[in-house]
This record gives sequence, structure tokens and C-alpha cells, in this order.
Amino acid sequence: MEKLKTASDLEKLRKNLINKKNSKNTVVSICSGTGCQAYTSENVVKAFIEEIKKQKLENKVDVKRTGCHGFCEKGPVVVIYPKEICYLQVKPADVSEIVTQTLAQGKTVDRLLYTDKKTDKKIVTESEIPFYKNQKRLIFGNNRRIDPKDIDDYIALGGYKALTKALLEMKPTQVLDEVKNSNLRGRGGGGFPAGRKWETTRNASETPKYVIVNCDEGDPGAYMDRSLMEGNPHSVIEGFIIGAYAIGSNQGYIYIRQEYPLAVENTEQAIKQAREYGFLGKNILGSGFDFDITIHRGAGAFVSGESSALMSAVEGCVGEPRSKYIHTAISGVWNKPTCLNNVETWANVPFIINNGSKWFSDIGTKDSKGTKIFSLVGNVNNTGLVEVPMGITLREIIYDIGGGIPNGKKLKAVQTGGPSGGCIPENLLDLHVDFDELSKVGSMMGSGGMIVMDEDTCMVDVARYFVNFLADESCGKCIPCREGLRHMIQILDKITSGDATEKDIELLQELSEVVQMASLCALGQTAPNPILSTLKYFRNEYEAHLRGECPAKVCKPLITYYIDPKKCKACGLCLKNCPTNAITGQKKEPHVIHIEKCTKCGTCFDVCKFDAVVKKTGEKKKNKKEKTIVAG
Amino acid sequence: MKNISLQINGKNVKAEEGMTIIQAAEKAGINIPNLCHDERLKPFGACRFCMVEIEKNNRKKLVASCCYPVEEGLIVDTNTKDVEKIRRILAELVLSLTPSGTHVEIANQLGIKESRFKQLENPETPCNLCGLCVRYCREIKKNNAVCFVGRGVNRTVTLVPGASDKCLSCRECFDVCDAGKIVYLVDMIQEISCPPLKSSFKRSD
Repeated sequence: MEKLKTASDLEKLRKNLINKKNSKNTVVSICSGTGCQAYTSENVVKAFIEEIKKQKLENKVDVKRTGCHGFCEKGPVVVIYPKEICYLQVKPADVSEIVTQTLAQGKTVDRLLYTDKKTDKKIVTESEIPFYKNQKRLIFGNNRRIDPKDIDDYIALGGYKALTKALLEMKPTQVLDEVKNSNLRGRGGGGFPAGRKWETTRNASETPKYVIVNCDEGDPGAYMDRSLMEGNPHSVIEGFIIGAYAIGSNQGYIYIRQEYPLAVENTEQAIKQAREYGFLGKNILGSGFDFDITIHRGAGAFVSGESSALMSAVEGCVGEPRSKYIHTAISGVWNKPTCLNNVETWANVPFIINNGSKWFSDIGTKDSKGTKIFSLVGNVNNTGLVEVPMGITLREIIYDIGGGIPNGKKLKAVQTGGPSGGCIPENLLDLHVDFDELSKVGSMMGSGGMIVMDEDTCMVDVARYFVNFLADESCGKCIPCREGLRHMIQILDKITSGDATEKDIELLQELSEVVQMASLCALGQTAPNPILSTLKYFRNEYEAHLRGECPAKVCKPLITYYIDPKKCKACGLCLKNCPTNAITGQKKEPHVIHIEKCTKCGTCFDVCKFDAVVKKTGEKKKNKKEKTIVAG
Repeated sequence: MKNISLQINGKNVKAEEGMTIIQAAEKAGINIPNLCHDERLKPFGACRFCMVEIEKNNRKKLVASCCYPVEEGLIVDTNTKDVEKIRRILAELVLSLTPSGTHVEIANQLGIKESRFKQLENPETPCNLCGLCVRYCREIKKNNAVCFVGRGVNRTVTLVPGASDKCLSCRECFDVCDAGKIVYLVDMIQEISCPPLKSSFKRSD
């Protein structure tokens, strides 16, 4: 690779790359994101390379490993360009058929296409699948078209154009104004205006100044930053260099979780290639601006995603938060002005510079501009990463893109904002998703986790799950977070065991309010959200637990398994599968579960083909009452 | 140093730039309860007992007074309803953690006799994790012989292995420890490093 010294060098290279790529007409792009890799997409890639060689098509067809396409539910995903034919759940055994039919003869393999559930019709092109059709794929769109390990792919699609524009045609203050006017808000959780943060660091008197990409995404079920960093690292790097130029920083850090090996690998490769082309280093593209990036790997603490804790970690200290009454934008890493933004925030920057702030601020709502990537998971048909314009309703995301709830179940709640977000009930589904609307109902945008929960979910159990996660991840520095979470779990355990009283709920509420008000960092301040939001919208479920009932029949201490003698066909399947031999029965005789031996693992419930095993709740308190009557 | 005037509990208070609210309050004779503040050490902000309500640009906010720097015209109230609510719950939380230390006094002042939270089972030795010993050793003595280990609810104070020589001759952190854990830890090293001369071990024959 030769270092590019001017803007025209880059344009010349781009032209050559486009010509070179056009010579091979057909491209098989195979998703190699972490999700599809787990579905062994690498074997599919190898099968394609082999089969194409076998059928002597290698001069016409290119095989490409790309970043995450987002439709993880149906992986491995294969898309064949230029026609954009999309095959889902492709196995190595399907490859020879695809090569013979599609690549050699131009026919589609119907059985691998997406079937629309409503019309039962097959859909050929990727962008026509409802999951993709209803999205607005701005930041995430190029993931499926480029090989993240090859900078040339990114350049051929117009990459680093924004960088030349910013560095060679604009002054740093003009770049700053453009970002400020776009009203871009931080995608990491708080939604602080990015331009204002940049300006604070720019205007701070101390030097040197630092910039940081926060890729310490740790929310359960959320992986949008990961997929962006893995799938299109150059888009983040380009935005990062532009930001550093506007802020006046010559040194940047990308903080990536240790648990994201592919993100580390692809980012390392991307930085190396960007250096070779001269997008990083001294005198970038002849502009006189110097900038370089160091990768800092996290050591596995969720709290390190908090900006001040992350900065402690970069300094080599324990990742514990500090008071931020003097903002980190003024006094951050080594007490120097430091501007930290999330992966997705930086990735928005090249789009704003290329298209202008007016274009960007036309997308979204009054105070939340642009798009947001959500990781749509839980009880929803189409699990995956979705990018939507701000202001879309939850209903549109869950039903139009997500394809609704599986098995004809009813939706109960949507949890947004990661573990410290809140649960939004079904009746608020027409809420327009943006930073402020989500806060108003007691939840938050967070980094973009979205967990859909159906009627079989116990909301007290959900609160307990998230609080447990946060207690594990609390650093333990301040009392309200450390001790508060310890006791929140104890009280929730008491409630889900059916041993609590109204007084416990009152204490839980009071404790939650104090933890919210008094904790040192955002982890503690938002930790009670799962409790407060479920108490607000699902108080009846808490009250049911006081009576010894778990309405969703989830909390083990409050349920019992029972075989309906009328439905039992004495097939013996439950008896064979019971791990504790708690079931007895003879041929042609209804089987019986012996409660004293039953561990409530639910195996019998799952294996029964006749729905004869039923869950009952409310027996615990009833039994107690009966016993006392007998004793009395 | 620039002089700054602010108002604490309705009283006009003069402070110097760079001071924290708690320092300005102490100077004016206003006591703000806390476990982890020490004039000689850098602000830490861990116990949260010193939360106060401030008013700035007509907006009210709760802040830790040991970390928040004084500002011209700042209005501070150290005894609002929310502040008391925070102190009460914190006192109950620490009471359930350990029965001795400064927090007992604070609890008494608030009229709290018993914590509504479940008492921690098998507490090792009394410690409310204020971190004064850790910070004193690090910042003043520059010995780094005491440290925190563990995360979250598993956090505890311990002596850094190999640093016991310094501890036995220093013992200055004893003065900052209200709960007694550090005394226990150092005593333990003493026992290990200076065993009794006569062994009580008897042969069976």
C-alpha cells in the first residue's frame, strides 16, 4: 500500500478500486458476524470457495466475508449481488445447489428464501424482506457490503471522503459547528449533545487533549456496538479522526471489551491499514494534522463503560467511577481534557460531514435526530439488529420489523435501555421512541437494548434478574449502590419466595428512591429502574406474590406441578425424563407427581405431548393455612 | 486564591476557590455528617452521607458535598427532606453491615435504633469500607500497604502481602479507622510474624 498524500491520490485510488471490482460481476457476500459465525458460517464460506472452483466460476464470482447483516435469527445469511438474492439459514450442504442454480444459471433456490408469514409468498431480495424494508439503515447499512478486514472495500463505497472534506476544506471550528447544528446526541446512554461535549474539550485550556471511543458494551442481550466495530470499523475510525481534528486532539483511545475478540482483531487490522494509507499518523493527507489511535482492552467490568471508570482503566487503575462535578471533558484521562463518545456516535460523524447537518437533522424527532440501532431480542419472531429513525413507535419495531410475538402469545412488556432501563407495558406501545419519550415513562434509551417479553414473563422475576446482574457488576465503591443492591436482591428474593409483606414493598420502594438519588455514578443511579418501573406498571404482580401467587407461573417457590388425570394418557414420557424420580404411575393409569421429591425443573411440562402437566400457583399459602387449621 | 461567597443553610459563607462544600461548611461551623471525608485526603465521595441539596440557576440538585467545588452564589441546604431520607436509609444500610463505627452516632442522631434491613450474616470484622485507611496509606504515607479487594458486595479491605513490615512499625491508619478492622488486620500480622516463644504444642509421648 502506498501512502496517500493528497485528496486526489485518494480519488484516484477509489476509481481504480471501483474498476477492479466491476470486472467481477457477481459477489457472494456471507455474513461473518459473531452470530453467524456461531452458526458455523465459516464452513459455508469454505464450501462456496471450493464449489466455485469446482464449477470453474472463480473468474466471474467473488466470495466475501462481511460484517453482521442484522438478521441474526435466520443466520447464516448469504446475499448474492448484483441481484441481491438473499438466502437464509444456509448450510454447507446447500452450497452446491446455490452455485449450480443461482451462480451458473441465474435461477433462485426457493426453499432458502424468506417466506412472508402473512402472504406465504417467497421474497427474493434482501431489502424487500419486511425485517429490512421497515428499517432505515444508515450507519449499519454498509456492514453487509464490505469485508471489514479490507480497507479497499470501504474506500470503494466512498469511505474516507468525509475525512478529506473535513481536513482539507473545513476549519476545525466549521466541523464542530456542523456537528453542533446536526443536534447529534450521544448514543451511549445519556444522550448528551455530542457537539457541546466536543466544544467543552476544545475550549479547555489544558493540553494535551484526548479522545476516546467507548466500546465497552456490556448490557445483557445488546450487541450493536460490537457488530459495528466488527463489521465496519473504518466508519468509526473515520468519524473518530474527524472528531479529533475538530477537538484539537492528537491521541485517541479505542476502549474495547476483552470479550469481543473479533472486534479487537478487526479494529487492529483497520488501524494498521488506515496508517498504511496515511489516514492516521503525521500530516494526514497533507493537511498538517497528526493523529493516532491506541486500542485499550477492557478487563471485563461492566462498570468500565461508565466514562470516568473507563478513564481510570485507561490510566491503568482499577475501573472505578469518580465524581464528575468537574466534567471529564475538562478533566478526564490523567486530568487532561478528554472527549469520550460511544461507537455509534462516532460512526454518525462521516454521514453528517458528507451530507450536512440539515440533512441529518431532518431525520428523527424534535430533540432526537438521526437513527438508532437497537438489538431486538427476547420473545419476538425476528431477533436481530435493527436501525430505525428516531420517533418510530415501539409497535412498528416489534410488529412490522420484529414480526410480532412467537407462538401466538400476548405481549406483556418491552424492556429498553439495558439492565438499568425500565419495563414499558403493552398499553404504551404507541410511544414514539426517542431519548426524552423513553425517559418520561421511566425507562431510557441506554445504548439500545430492547427486550420483548410475552405473557409468560413474571415482572418481579425480571426485576430480580436485572438487579442481580447489576449487583454483580457494581464496583462497590459507594454505599447506596453496593449495600442498596445487596438488600434489593434480598427483598426481591423474599417477594418471589412468597414470604414478603406489604412493608417489604414499601421498604423496597424507599430504598430504590435513595439509591437513585445518592449513588456516585450512573450505574447506581439507574440501578433501581427495573424495580421502580415494574412497581409503577405491574404493582399488581408484586401484590400477587404477597398472596403467594406468581401470575406468570415462573417463580419456583410459588408453583407446583400437577398431572391432570383426565388428560394423562400414561405414556410414561414424563416418568422416564424426571431427573429426581418424582413421578410414579402404571400402564393405563394416570401418572402422579410427588411434590416432596419434585425440584420444579419443568422437564415433565416440556416433554408432555398431551398438555396433561399443568403448573399451579398459590398453593404455598393455601397449604400453610390448611396446616394451621389442622393444627388448631 | 479567589474568594467565593455562597450560602449554606441561609448563612452567608466565605470560601476560597478550589474548596469543596464540606470544607466551606466546616469553616463556617456547620457540621455535615460523613464517613469518608478527611481534610488531609483527596475527595473520595464513597459514603454519600454528606449529600446536600444545591440550588443553581433556579434548579435544585443533590450532590456529594465532599466532592462538589464551591461556586459563587451557590445556595446550599444540608437538611432537606430528601437529604434526611438519604441519610436515614444509608445509616440503616451500614448498620446492617457492621455494628460499630461513626455511622452508629449518625443513626443515633436520626433516632434510628434498629435497621429494617436484614443483618449481614457472619460479618468478618467490623468495617464500613470508608476507605480512609487505604487512602491514608496511599496518599500520605505513600506506602500502598492497605488496599481494597473484590468487587461490589465482595469488596473488603486487606493488607498488601509483603507490606507487613511497614505496617507493624507505622500503625498510623489506626487513628482514621472508626470500626476497628485495620487494628484487627495488623494484629493478625503481628501474631503471624512474632509467634509466642514457647510453643503450647505437646508431644503425645
